[in-house]
Parts: sequence; C-alpha cells; structure tokens
Amino acid sequence: MENRIEKRIELKAPISRVWRALTDHREFGEWFRVKLEGAFVPGQVSRGHITHPGYEHVKWEAVVQKMEPERLFSFTWHPYSVDPKIDYSKETPTLVEFRLEETPGGTLLVLSESGFDKIPSHRRDEAYRMNEGGWSEQMKNIERYVTPKR
Amino acid sequence: MSHRSDSRRGLGQRAPAHVFAALGDETRLLLVRKLCGGKPRSISQLTAGSRLTRQAITKHLRVLESARIVRCVRAGRESLFQFNPQPVEELRAYLDFVSEQWDQALARLKSFVES
Repeated sequence: MENRIEKRIELKAPISRVWRALTDHREFGEWFRVKLEGAFVPGQVSRGHITHPGYEHVKWEAVVQKMEPERLFSFTWHPYSVDPKIDYSKETPTLVEFRLEETPGGTLLVLSESGFDKIPSHRRDEAYRMNEGGWSEQMKNIERYVTPKR
Repeated sequence: MSHRSDSRRGLGQRAPAHVFAALGDETRLLLVRKLCGGKPRSISQLTAGSRLTRQAITKHLRVLESARIVRCVRAGRESLFQFNPQPVEELRAYLDFVSEQWDQALARLKSFVES
C-alpha cells in the first residue's frame, strides 16, 4: 500500500508567481486558509491558526525544511491536528514537498506528502470519524461560500 | 474524553507502521490474498502448495494477527484464520482524507495564482 500522497497540477501562471504564492506567508495563508505569525525561514517553526470559520481554534504549526527558489519548498508538520487536547508534538511529522517546474503553459506543481507509516493509529481513527461525520462535506460548503463568484 | 481512552487501546499494535510492515512481505501478502475472499482457512490449508513449513506459515500468520489484519478463530480443535479488512480500510480512509484536503487546497491555490 502507498505510504505517500502525490499530486500534480498545471498552473497557468509564471513560476515566479507560484513561488510567491507558496513561500510568502501571507499569500500562502490566503489559499491555505491559515493566518501565519511570520515569514517562512528554513529550519524554523512556522506558527499560526486556521482561518476556516468554525476552525479558528485550530493551531497551525510546521517546520520549514527547504526553500530552493522556484524549485522546492518543503516543511514537516502534523497533518490535520485538529484536537486541541492532543499533544501532536510527540508524533513523527509527515514531510510536505512542493516541487516546481517551468512548462510552456506556466508551471507544473508536484506536491507530495510522505511518512504516513509513522502516524499513530488514533489519528487515523480521528480523521476517519471526521470524514464519516461529513467534515469534508462541510469544508466543501465553506469553500462554496467563500469562493468569490466570477 | 472517551475517544482518547479508545485511542490508547491497542496503540502501537494498530499503528500504520505495523500494518505497512505486516503487508510488506510477499508470503504474508499471499496469505492475505488467500484469505481476503472471506472464508476462514486452517494452517494446513494455507500451507498447502507453499514451499514453506507449517511453522513458518504460522509465524507469518501471527505477524498478520498482531496487526489485526487476520484473526484466529477456533473451530473445534483446529485454529482457523480469517481476514479482517478493518485496519487496511482505516489506513486507506485516512490517506483518502488527507488526499482530499490537498485536492481542495491545490484547487484554491490554482484559482489564487491564475486570477
């Protein structure tokens, strides 16, 4: 069974634009829906909180790993650590990597997240319950609500 | 919170690492393939056609059992092994969940940089 997630997406935007959207903490926060306290710096912890309505109590924390301009941005984190009562810091984090490549039409973004084999079982149960409880459906509703009509 | 105590139950045994490791072996994958039809089978049935000894097959079954991928049921004096899909399904559901969150985030990134 696969132990990582990989996504490839073509973006009709110059690589410099995509790089800024990924690595400028304010721009990252816009699309990721997180309010970050400060800039991303390799080796340093990035902190903030989720800005989804109803999820503002959820903290966001990641450790920036690599920032190779217009090529690679990576961080480690504890994915979807939404329960404030659980200390996620003891768990082995997963690694998130954004790789960029210039294409004739813009930019190819390859996202990967790896290291799921180290996630404790109760986290899976939790995610499973959230999913079952329509959490992702709720996220879609929120998305429809906040996405500007164009 | 009640779910925390639930969560602690069997922690480690059920960790994905354990499930991944249990499935990361050709003999055990073959055993799972034989069992995933749902019909419980005895050690003799599972050893038939294999180059491995009954002892070796039993050892592999115990690894699968400790990851809860199979369970042992008694039928008279015989031990039968039965496939339990739950740990694999949970793992799949978790990865699907994280994957879906990324789909949504990347869709937002796309409209953000293309507008």
